[in-house]
Amino acid sequence: MQFSNWQEFLAMGGYAPFVWSAFALTLITLGIVLVIPVRRERQLRRQLQRLERLHEQENSQ
Amino acid sequence: MSQTATSAQRRKRFKPPLWVYKLASPAYFDHLAGRIIPWLLFPGLVLLSIGLVWGLAFAPADYQQGDSFRIIYVHVPTAALSMAIYMAMAITAAISLIWRMRLAAIISRNCAPIGAACTFLALATGSLWGKPMWGTWWVWDARLTSELILLFLYLGYMALHDAFEDPEVGSRAASILALVGVINIPIIHYSVEWWHTLHQGATLFKFAKPSIDPSMLWPLLVMLLAFALLSAANVLMRSRNDVLERRLQPDDD
Repeated sequence: MQFSNWQEFLAMGGYAPFVWSAFALTLITLGIVLVIPVRRERQLRRQLQRLERLHEQENSQ
Repeated sequence: MSQTATSAQRRKRFKPPLWVYKLASPAYFDHLAGRIIPWLLFPGLVLLSIGLVWGLAFAPADYQQGDSFRIIYVHVPTAALSMAIYMAMAITAAISLIWRMRLAAIISRNCAPIGAACTFLALATGSLWGKPMWGTWWVWDARLTSELILLFLYLGYMALHDAFEDPEVGSRAASILALVGVINIPIIHYSVEWWHTLHQGATLFKFAKPSIDPSMLWPLLVMLLAFALLSAANVLMRSRNDVLERRLQPDDD
């Protein structure tokens, strides 16, 4: 551990604005880029299920 | 007569192996991607957590740059991947052009947003590192400018890909752009050697021992692997979605 307390850690040796915004920006971008395909998959699987159910209904009639 | 026989033989000889054809089947790819993705995603997230704590709290501060140097743990992985993903995009683009393999075209297209995000982050974190160290957010030097061109290549690729009514034509045009843009990759890499620049030289990717202490190198490698795994998972997730979407289209049976 390079820092002796939380204040020192958050201060980042005086470079806090630069260090924390670089890490925050990276994590936010990573999060957004990762959430997009997860949500789209959920949506697509739901549509696919609906389509399959429709096919089954057609076949049984 | 004999000529047609040889050309038929040649065609046979250049056939891709069976697994390539299997990959092209949507159901098989859905199944395969579903098995691979968790093995990339979860180790990626675990390594990211480890790398963040290690880089931010446990790695020693730089003797010249102090704690501002910790930006390296997000800057170098995103910058390295911005180039690696471009190469993956170009290689899959070439495969899609040569063999007309639809899956390669899908993967190529899905490399673009991830590569663009990495390029954006490399530029943004570099800027946030440059301000306290160089005294400026931006300078038009070779490294920074060629990396900015990389961002425009990614954005141009995506715009071109989606600009045509016939998706096949868009895919082919964008693939050619991706291949032409490969010229920029060695320019980015060697820019710090070829031109006088504010940007420091290579720390990791060179034919010599990395010029960084192991206590700083290990968390950097962890972050690099984390970003690589997460990017691969992301491209596969998006590609699987595209394959699923094709199954929803009624004329694609």
